[in-house]
Amino acid sequence: MKIRKLPKTTFLKGGTVLDPLKETSAKKDVLIVNGKIKSVGKGKAPASSEVVDCTGKVITHGFCDVHVHFREPGREDKETLQTGSRAALAGGFTRVCVMPNTDPPLDSPESIRFIAEKAEDCPVHIHPIGAVTKGQKGSEITEMSAMVREGAVAFSDDGIPIANAAVMRRALEYASMLGKPIINHAEDLDLRDDGVMHEGEMSLKLGLDGNPALAESLMVLRDLDLAKLASASVHIPHVSTRESVQHIAVAKKGGTPVSAEVSPHHLYFNDSALNSYNTNFKVAPPLREEADRKALVKGIVSGTIDCIATDHAPHTIEEKEATFANAPFGMIGLESCFGAVHTVLMKEKQMTLANILKLMTVNPRNIMGFETDLFKTGTEAELTVLDPKESWTFDEDSIYSRSKNSPYIGEIFTGKVDSVITKGNITDL
Amino acid sequence: MLEQKHLLGLDGYPAKDIETIIDTAFSFREVLDRPIKKVPSLQGKTIVNLFFENSTRTRISFELAQKRLSADTVNFSASTSSLKKGESFKDTAQNIEAMKIDAVVMRHPDPGAPLHLTKHVDAVVINAGDGKHEHPTQAILDMMSLKEVFGKIEGLNVALVGDISHSRVALSNIHGLKALGANVTVCGPPTLIPPHIGSLGVTVSHDLDEVIEWADALNILRIQMERMGVGLFPSVREYRDVFGVNTERLDRHKKELIIMHPGPMNRGIEIDSAVADSKQAIILDQVLNGVASRMAILYLLLGGKAEE
Repeated sequence: MKIRKLPKTTFLKGGTVLDPLKETSAKKDVLIVNGKIKSVGKGKAPASSEVVDCTGKVITHGFCDVHVHFREPGREDKETLQTGSRAALAGGFTRVCVMPNTDPPLDSPESIRFIAEKAEDCPVHIHPIGAVTKGQKGSEITEMSAMVREGAVAFSDDGIPIANAAVMRRALEYASMLGKPIINHAEDLDLRDDGVMHEGEMSLKLGLDGNPALAESLMVLRDLDLAKLASASVHIPHVSTRESVQHIAVAKKGGTPVSAEVSPHHLYFNDSALNSYNTNFKVAPPLREEADRKALVKGIVSGTIDCIATDHAPHTIEEKEATFANAPFGMIGLESCFGAVHTVLMKEKQMTLANILKLMTVNPRNIMGFETDLFKTGTEAELTVLDPKESWTFDEDSIYSRSKNSPYIGEIFTGKVDSVITKGNITDL
Repeated sequence: MLEQKHLLGLDGYPAKDIETIIDTAFSFREVLDRPIKKVPSLQGKTIVNLFFENSTRTRISFELAQKRLSADTVNFSASTSSLKKGESFKDTAQNIEAMKIDAVVMRHPDPGAPLHLTKHVDAVVINAGDGKHEHPTQAILDMMSLKEVFGKIEGLNVALVGDISHSRVALSNIHGLKALGANVTVCGPPTLIPPHIGSLGVTVSHDLDEVIEWADALNILRIQMERMGVGLFPSVREYRDVFGVNTERLDRHKKELIIMHPGPMNRGIEIDSAVADSKQAIILDQVLNGVASRMAILYLLLGGKAEE
């Protein structure tokens, strides 16, 4: 990976410009001057410009991920804002939202400012998500207004479900005043109990404690109804069960302001992957059955699910080398995201490259209220250049995160990110 | 001689290898009936018994089997190990490997731990129980005991009674018995039967009398009192009433039935003393067959020289 300053005048030549907002795709060149889009069209490179040959490549919006864990502050041995940024660039991401379950958690205006200030020096745009409750304890709501002023884009106690329905209701109501969504890790902890994987035939055979699908869908249903009651936006993270997809579809039809994300691994794997007790497959919510995986794909095709979010969750080798029951939940996912999602979704007849890119660009930006018209003249250049046809093997060298806990090592993907332009830099992969 | 290097579980284990182990166990059983019960089969081999969880009978049974085969044994239990000092599983495993051990017999509270161990050591690994996953040597000794009585396993009606959800004995027995062609019913309260158990090809029943009527043998599993505390069954009194195997209940059926129990028993709860001590109970034969089965397993996996 080479990150360098974007030349004063840069000309992306010979590629296909795919605008996922306008849903257009055409052979066009892109002229970037002083880090901003100058023009998109057919033309000659200005004399003084650096020409980037994009022949055979697709130029599109930089990817946006609304759900990552960069572990700073507190667990810098797993990831930092800087190392996480590199993982993001390697995956074609120009903009990410970091979850607040750090140590200490991001539950005050001061901690939000800490991230916002550190983010300025990072090579991708990083937006903090604030905690919903103080100390993520699920009782007292945080100073959301001041946190928004410091840069919080949404609120979540991620990793810890807001178990108390009254607290969730108040949080939704309060955040609606600020126009920010509440993101709740939907999991009924009593039903989950000691579950470390999906409850089903596989958990029975492996002798591992199961986490029933209902533990998720029950709380999704509650959150949807609470959002309706409060007329407030709720975002459902990492949907993993077919029942949750159904509940979200019904709520959307009824007009509840809901958005939903799915993680690449829930689309790519199912619980049979746990056969060898590989702890890199241990994730929350767990990998579910094939029927759930298929329902998630359908949910994407139908538009019930709005976007892809990686839930990039770095953990050290030492922690992941424990037995399955003792290893922490989570896997990294930024670097492998496009390859995995593109590979699995291209098999679906209704999905085009434009549809897939929308899930990683326009839709997540809409959820967070970010600028979506990225080819507009004068906009900061935030672009990803990719080759949708390139076949490649994901290996350890593909990983830029400080942690290596990826279950994709050895997988063959179709579709690879080539270079990324953002924050006045161009990164060649 | 056996297809797999390790014995980690009976899920997918070749039926012919289970039969080989049982047949070999019967010849070791003969050895155990001699005045001198020791053979030199595993002389020079070193085996470590690695117990991360308390066990009395399984550990003693293995240790005795090892001594009868003239192997050198080392015992290691979690309470005396450096695990208490925070050493990782991997370090413990690598230390064992460095000491040139031929086989590791391991009990661990975490499912999959023996498989995990095989990734760090070259030694043969034998699972002596991993959480609620498997306990293959117990299932093999149970099947040997059934074969001793009935002469075969195929076609037998075997019922597992009690806490199926938390039982590695149940899971290994189901895999082994199904592989050898037995019919298996599991019987207990729905709270102690895992929801997807039907996928393993067993029948589920909550009616012990119906099961007694059907079965050739009852394998009664130990009920753990801590399950009561979390509401999986309401009281000892109610459990005894509904699922306790006692003389009155057996007498009502007037049929021949073999009673098994992997131990340790809660006399007066899942099994009455009168039943446990009756002629139809083969519980102590199971104990002796346990030593013979474990001798056979060690012998076959460690490639010991044939007995003179």
